[in-house]
Amino acid sequence: MAEIRNYTMNFGPQHPAAHGVLRIIMEMDGEVIERCDPHIGLLHRATEKLAESKPFNQSIGYMDRLDYVSMMCNEHAYVLAIEKMLGITPPIRAQYIRVLFDEITRILNHCLWLGAHALDVGAMTVFLYCFREREDLMDCYEAVSGARMHATYYRPGGVYRDLPDRMPQYAPTQRHSDKETEARNRDRSGSLLDFIEAFTERFPGYVDEYETLLSDNRIWKQRTVDIGVVTPERAAALGFTGPMLRGSGVEWDLRRKQPYEVYDRMEFDIPVGTNGDCYDRYLCRVEEMRQSNRIIRQCIEWLRDNPGPVIVDDHKLIPPTRESMKGDMESLIHHFKLFTEGYFVPKGEAYAAVEHPKGEFGIYLVSDGANKPYRVKIRAPGFPHLAALHEMSQGHMLADMVAIIGTQDIVFGEIDR
Amino acid sequence: MTTLATFSDHVAGLLGPALQSLRVDLDEITLEVDGEKIKSACTALRDDPSCAFAQLIDLCGMDYSAYGAEGGDPWSGSRYAVVYHLLSLDRNARIRVRAQLDSDRPMIDSVIDVWPAADWFEREAFDLFGIVFKGHPDLRRILTDYGFIGHPFRKDFPLSGHVEMAYDEEKGRVAYRPVTVDDRILVPRTIRDDTLTGRRERETG
Repeated sequence: MAEIRNYTMNFGPQHPAAHGVLRIIMEMDGEVIERCDPHIGLLHRATEKLAESKPFNQSIGYMDRLDYVSMMCNEHAYVLAIEKMLGITPPIRAQYIRVLFDEITRILNHCLWLGAHALDVGAMTVFLYCFREREDLMDCYEAVSGARMHATYYRPGGVYRDLPDRMPQYAPTQRHSDKETEARNRDRSGSLLDFIEAFTERFPGYVDEYETLLSDNRIWKQRTVDIGVVTPERAAALGFTGPMLRGSGVEWDLRRKQPYEVYDRMEFDIPVGTNGDCYDRYLCRVEEMRQSNRIIRQCIEWLRDNPGPVIVDDHKLIPPTRESMKGDMESLIHHFKLFTEGYFVPKGEAYAAVEHPKGEFGIYLVSDGANKPYRVKIRAPGFPHLAALHEMSQGHMLADMVAIIGTQDIVFGEIDR
Repeated sequence: MTTLATFSDHVAGLLGPALQSLRVDLDEITLEVDGEKIKSACTALRDDPSCAFAQLIDLCGMDYSAYGAEGGDPWSGSRYAVVYHLLSLDRNARIRVRAQLDSDRPMIDSVIDVWPAADWFEREAFDLFGIVFKGHPDLRRILTDYGFIGHPFRKDFPLSGHVEMAYDEEKGRVAYRPVTVDDRILVPRTIRDDTLTGRRERETG
């Protein structure tokens, strides 16, 4: 009889289902995974070291590029850490805008996750549907910051500018008739808030569409139910946070438990799973999209009625306006000092965390009183999740590996930093 | 802040002689723990019912060698440290634990038996700072390239690194060569007693 031996298989680093540059060395017994060893760091850019060499504000843009599908949430943790050390509180309107955009970001992230996860497991349509919605949300990003993805919109002390009163509109082209252009511009005739509100009215129907395609789909269930089961105790010990923890049945959400900004004024529910498998985590995230939609609507309502400043009025931290620089010597000096030197953060250390779409995203900031951070440690939620890949995939089939990577919502920008 | 004060008293009693100092700043508790006793201290923090720090949220290495080098107060402790951030799901509490290490041969017991989440975090601290975690079953580099030399997050490691990668005509493949770019620091690092620095005391006090 022929000798049967385990063999070692290489997965990645350039594999469409690896969600970036993940290399896994797998030890296979036939089609069953015996052991897997993820090799990461192929996208390591030393963000933390780079941040040490720049004034505080110049690293906000680097934060966008960590988890490049939930940009503003990364910025949020970083500016929260700086604000904590400076001892400043942003104006209430800025806090609402941040919550609004955090939730827009959560939908953006979950749409990409759902599309990519479903595509990996073999459902093509969901991907196209999800990207349709992402397009609208990225327009919101663009309207507010000028960039579709890497916004650099949050600043210590508030947000860069107030929400625009007009949405950019499509111009007629040769390929689109006037009637089509008019239809495309229907929701864009008002302000950004009108545009977002129109989106929140459409969006629950879209989530129903995704659920029609997946939730009771026989193939989807066969691929996700009882795959990658994690018990609640084990999930906590492995450092899981966010939907990975909630999928196992632990009701833990920083927005509720350790509220930051104005989350304590928001009404929303925290979905939890029961079995801790891929299917439960899927259901949790889908429900989170609906809840985010709810929060966005509450924010819109408040923001409509309450105009006000969106950033603190302190020119040691915030550049003065162009107009005041033309006539006021002190404004000019503030502007010059801010851009050539930055501001000084008091000596000390702080840890600030937000409920990022993927879990707890934290920034541990150490300052020695200089205009640059002494050390920035980024606590990326995906890092401990991926570390548990071996435990989650052991004993599963090779094809399930793809489902498990999908359910972990892996993005290499944040894991490799 | 009475709850923080009573809680920190409780922690101080729990850890006993392993605790070197305890500080509460910005509503965060920081414990300085004897590096030799880190494992027992962490186990106590995890198992004590009124702490119940079931989660190791973060573990990172620190290199304090350039702390305050531009004219601030220098760091009083040793050069290397490991900082643990713990989270208690039951108590909804956070705590920071710092263990200072030997400046020449930074070494500490691994806490992988206490929290399995420490696995990759310790590999990362080893990779970037060269801190050795005794008892870690698989202490390999994690973020840097295969065959990388040095520990890049130490303060004496240049920002531009020592080597760069380029296509080598003679060898016919991509190869390492000494780095040709300069460190380009546009804004010098300065420490100044700004009016800002007093802001926190002014506003809270």
